[in-house]
Amino acid sequence: MIQNNPIGRLIAHAILIIGILIVAFPIYYTFIASTQSLQEILRPPLSLLPGGHFWENYSAALFGGVGRIGGVGVDRLLFNTLVMALGIAIGKICISILSAYAIVFFRFPGRMIFFWLIFITLMLPVEVRILPTYKIMVDLGLIDTYTGLILPLMASATATLLFRQFFMTIPGELVEAARVDGAGPWRFFKDILLPLSKTNIAALFVILFIYGWTQYLWPLLMTNRNDMSTIVIGLRKMISFADADTEWHLVMVTCILAILPPVLVVVLMQRWFVRGLVETEK
Amino acid sequence: MVTAPSVILRAGLFTNGTFMASSTRVTFPNKLLPYVLLAPQLAITAIFFYWPASQAIYQSVLREDPFGLSTQFVGLDNFRRVLGDPNYLNSLQVTLIFSVATALIAMALALLLAVMADKVIRGKGIYRTLMIWPYAVAPAIAGMLWLFLFNPSMGTLAYLVRSTGYNWDPLLNGDQAMVLIVSAAAWKQISYNFLFFVAGLQSIPKSLIEAAAIDGAGETKRFWTIVFPLLAPTTFFLLVVNTVYAFFDTFGIIHAVTGGGPGKATETLVYKVYNDGFVNLILGDSAAQSVILMIIVIGLTAIQFRYVERKVHYG
Repeated sequence: MIQNNPIGRLIAHAILIIGILIVAFPIYYTFIASTQSLQEILRPPLSLLPGGHFWENYSAALFGGVGRIGGVGVDRLLFNTLVMALGIAIGKICISILSAYAIVFFRFPGRMIFFWLIFITLMLPVEVRILPTYKIMVDLGLIDTYTGLILPLMASATATLLFRQFFMTIPGELVEAARVDGAGPWRFFKDILLPLSKTNIAALFVILFIYGWTQYLWPLLMTNRNDMSTIVIGLRKMISFADADTEWHLVMVTCILAILPPVLVVVLMQRWFVRGLVETEK
Repeated sequence: MVTAPSVILRAGLFTNGTFMASSTRVTFPNKLLPYVLLAPQLAITAIFFYWPASQAIYQSVLREDPFGLSTQFVGLDNFRRVLGDPNYLNSLQVTLIFSVATALIAMALALLLAVMADKVIRGKGIYRTLMIWPYAVAPAIAGMLWLFLFNPSMGTLAYLVRSTGYNWDPLLNGDQAMVLIVSAAAWKQISYNFLFFVAGLQSIPKSLIEAAAIDGAGETKRFWTIVFPLLAPTTFFLLVVNTVYAFFDTFGIIHAVTGGGPGKATETLVYKVYNDGFVNLILGDSAAQSVILMIIVIGLTAIQFRYVERKVHYG
């Protein structure tokens, strides 16, 4: 064993704590600000302890009745974002598990062509095809719809590749045994493949939920109406440095509310999240 | 959209040599069913990926007036104009500085923290939990958080900086704006890199490090001669992921914090495509820029495939 150096370990703890303070500070600061009144926020430096306006600010932001962002309440924005994140996560998992199933467990003409067609889309991120995609959305009448927010982000090769990779590790004997016992493709999928994929699905769900929740460019283009906006875009619209009327205390509250759901998902589903992120790569 | 996870899955593509597996697998005999299963994904892919991408390529060789009244074929003129445009070259430079700075800072800090986390015995799990959650923060919000801290009118840290007499105003000074968005972008990426470095460190055989310790190598020497070279595959992988992140996923930070300004000091390539296409309505140029970006993505993906799976530390 390498000599156990208590001083070295103490230094390690100290550096980690400093690191965590740096990582946590911007969010902590915003939380503090969200419990202060507008006047306190505008008069720096801010105290490092929570102020006394927690309930006041949070209830004003959540149930204030007044539409903060162009007539739309925070609850509506959170709901839109939730629909978008869930839609992308669930939709992506569904269509990619099906296509991976087709590619791995069936032999049919054009199999590899289809695989490559899906695979190459890795090289076509939204950013490189913004304008033409936007035009298509306009032509299809999908601006300001949930379909428009969700559908184009649903197809991507990533989830398909992950499932494909996992399916490849399933022993052929299992398929053979299932077939001998008279199970058809649907039965095999439902009773054997799905239960085996549970952890992968959970891991992917966390990653895709975060992906959907944190989208920026796409909802920015896809939504004109304020009531179809997502929380991140809404937040951006609330902030104006030129305008003296920005209600910073409510901006801070909205910021915390926008961060909270995905952070909770990551922290509570940490086991699957880390697994999905790191171990699929090995 | 290129996201960090997408790149990971890409990297996992060739593992176990299964990428082009032979067809010795046991399969189901159905003829029609596989097409039905593939249909949803293929339909979405065709409508939202192939059709717009081909449109981008098509438009990149056309010149259209902003009202869409007339269009003419101009060959590679759009590319020539874009590549000769000082504004484009400026945004290329901005993107490079931004990406390199973001990747280096995010990776260096994450590596330091991961090495420290590898050393401690107690509290590993707590440190990890406290370290990972910025991953869930949207890039645009990460930018706003840093703006709250550092904007000259109300940010507490900006107040502290200014009280030392330094003229801090990222809304007016381009270099300071760059520092601000690099900080926000790197801050958000630390947690991601941290997880990968921790996993990479755990996979290094302890016997190697012990052998070096017996031979009298000190801690610093052990790190640079054994740990760091063995981490090379992780480091290289993260380098590509962080570059892709800085290129594409940071659009939100720039749009929310600086809007490409002041001047054009923080206008990255992706921001310029958006700005030229949607704000200035120069469609041909925007399309040409899109195609150039496409080539950059293909390049990055190719580099990744070529080197990531080859264990870098052997070569």
